[in-house]
Amino acid sequence: MRELIETLQSDQSFFAGLPPAVLTLIFLVLGAVFFATVMALNALVMVYAERKVSAWMQDRMGPMEVGPHGILQTLADAIKLLLKEDIVPAAADKRLHWFAPFLIFAVPCAAFVALPYTREFVFTNFDIGVFYVASITSLSVIAILIAGWASNNKWALLGGMRAAAQIVSYEIPAGLAIIVIVMQVGSLNFNDISLAQDGGIHRWFIWRYFPFNLIAFVIFYLATLAECNRTPFDLPEAESELVAGFHTEYSGFKWSIFMLAEYAEMLIVALVGAALFLGGWSSPIPGFLNSGAWGVLWFGLKGAFLMFTYMWLRWTLPRLRVDQLMHLSWKVLTPFSFACILGVGLWMLI
Amino acid sequence: MWFDFAAAFTFIVVGAAFVGVNLLISRLLQPRHPTAVKLSTYECGELPVGQSWVQFNNRFYVIALVFLIFEVEIAFLFPWAVVFKGLGLFAFVEALIFVGILLVGLAYVWRKGDLEWDKPQTGKYARESAPQFFEDQPAPVESEVREHVMA
Amino acid sequence: MTSFDVMFYVIAAITLFSAGVMVFSKNIIYNAMGLLFAFFGVAGIYVMLGADFLAATQLLIYVGGILVLLLFGVMLSQRITGLEMRTDTLQILPAAIVCGGVAAILLWMIWKTPWPKADIGPPEPTTRNIGTLFMTDYLIPFEIVSVLLLAALVGAAFIGRRNAQ
Repeated sequence: MRELIETLQSDQSFFAGLPPAVLTLIFLVLGAVFFATVMALNALVMVYAERKVSAWMQDRMGPMEVGPHGILQTLADAIKLLLKEDIVPAAADKRLHWFAPFLIFAVPCAAFVALPYTREFVFTNFDIGVFYVASITSLSVIAILIAGWASNNKWALLGGMRAAAQIVSYEIPAGLAIIVIVMQVGSLNFNDISLAQDGGIHRWFIWRYFPFNLIAFVIFYLATLAECNRTPFDLPEAESELVAGFHTEYSGFKWSIFMLAEYAEMLIVALVGAALFLGGWSSPIPGFLNSGAWGVLWFGLKGAFLMFTYMWLRWTLPRLRVDQLMHLSWKVLTPFSFACILGVGLWMLI
Repeated sequence: MWFDFAAAFTFIVVGAAFVGVNLLISRLLQPRHPTAVKLSTYECGELPVGQSWVQFNNRFYVIALVFLIFEVEIAFLFPWAVVFKGLGLFAFVEALIFVGILLVGLAYVWRKGDLEWDKPQTGKYARESAPQFFEDQPAPVESEVREHVMA
Repeated sequence: MTSFDVMFYVIAAITLFSAGVMVFSKNIIYNAMGLLFAFFGVAGIYVMLGADFLAATQLLIYVGGILVLLLFGVMLSQRITGLEMRTDTLQILPAAIVCGGVAAILLWMIWKTPWPKADIGPPEPTTRNIGTLFMTDYLIPFEIVSVLLLAALVGAAFIGRRNAQ
């Protein structure tokens, strides 16, 4: 990205007139708007996919009315939500009620910056790529807590606190699983990690150092699933338990911001999992469509596959109870991830 | 590096602005008829009774504390993981000591029951509120009955 | 006035404004939000100094850990309707005199100290250096940190357990 800006600065006369900072700013803002739109479109597509996938798994058809096979259903829903009245309860804290959707949407948007989309053209090349994504996604806890608090509602507060406790408990195994991969690459840079897996499906990290990487992948998968509050870990959003959890008192478009943020978070963890374990932008067949913009295709396909498995799990497994959740995180996933680090470390020494 | 972080900062700001623009559009398009019922706190259709406050459950705070300790440990393990590839047994043993000491801490917290979340038990609370449903069951031993703490 | 300077002033303004909100606000959750943005600002200053790993650690631990802990503590210990915890200002004149005096001394000290100016070249990635230093020069502190964390864990669990009973 920076090279693109520099070439534009030196070649075109129009662009050379502007100070480099302004040019950089314009490009960054355009890129950010593009990614925010991608996030919104992603939520649109994923909600439709979720409804269709859930329908087919339950032997029914899903949305079929709006547009051919219901493709425009989510668009219609989005327009409907824009037109709905925004009710802020009288007892709620207005400023915090307004603040929470901003924070919860900005956090996944910031995490999209660091992901490795292609081999050559990277948007940003963070040296601490993986660590940066991990620390940015930990900010969503604050937004959920504030949303739960600001609503001044027993159920919202309880839902918010449970969601925060759940996300926080599952960050530890997720971080440890990431460390397993970082040990094998020797760098936190996403591009280095993808380069280390380049050259075909047999080089992906999920198959190497068997079985430690596979266990680490399962731990990462479950832990990030819990961080997104997806079934079977969706107790904070369970309709039968806490109404709608921390977004009970949010109506209209503010509620859809929470949904957008949740699907964006799902996309991010799916893409990070694809980058860490499934090879990133490299193609499974060595040398076939392995350069340039094809990287985005492979990366997107792997991420989409992981998201399909998320939806698959949602409509297959029942919900975990809150004590089962905590038990799984602290007493199963954390010790296993420490064991994986130990195992991979010993293996790498021998 | 500054470019990367400037990009991150821009993305955060533009993300917030995206939300702002959309909420503004929604503000312009939506009907606004606030009534007393609509503005009251949601209580599944019932009127809210009493003050809405959460019974103090210790578990949240203890979990957050344990999480913080292990998060700091992870923050220390990341640089080690980056340099691990080139170094030998020595680095591994050092990290082993580091992780081992904290695993002792995890075992301690586990053993002392601080990682437990209260299991829902049909104890005193359920019996007292609806005794007609528990007539055919024997009364539980007093020592096994626990208060159902809302968690 | 380079873009670096502009960025610095923006981040400094964010930090100072949030610190002001944190100190002067009467609502304790607003204080926590001010703390959130103050932490953001400090992370931004770390970035400007080229400490990328430290900035991300700041966000991870301070915002994702300590602020969450703070919010849990605040939310669990007060009723929702009606603020029980109130902040108030008393004895404004003596406070203003003392604070003004301390501020004057600090500002004079900052102004008069001959700060050594470091040559900030293009910033380099720091993670590898930190890791190497952990394994060589700062090995003993690395291990002592784990003992410190263990002590904190045991102590916090003990105190938390006592409060429940």
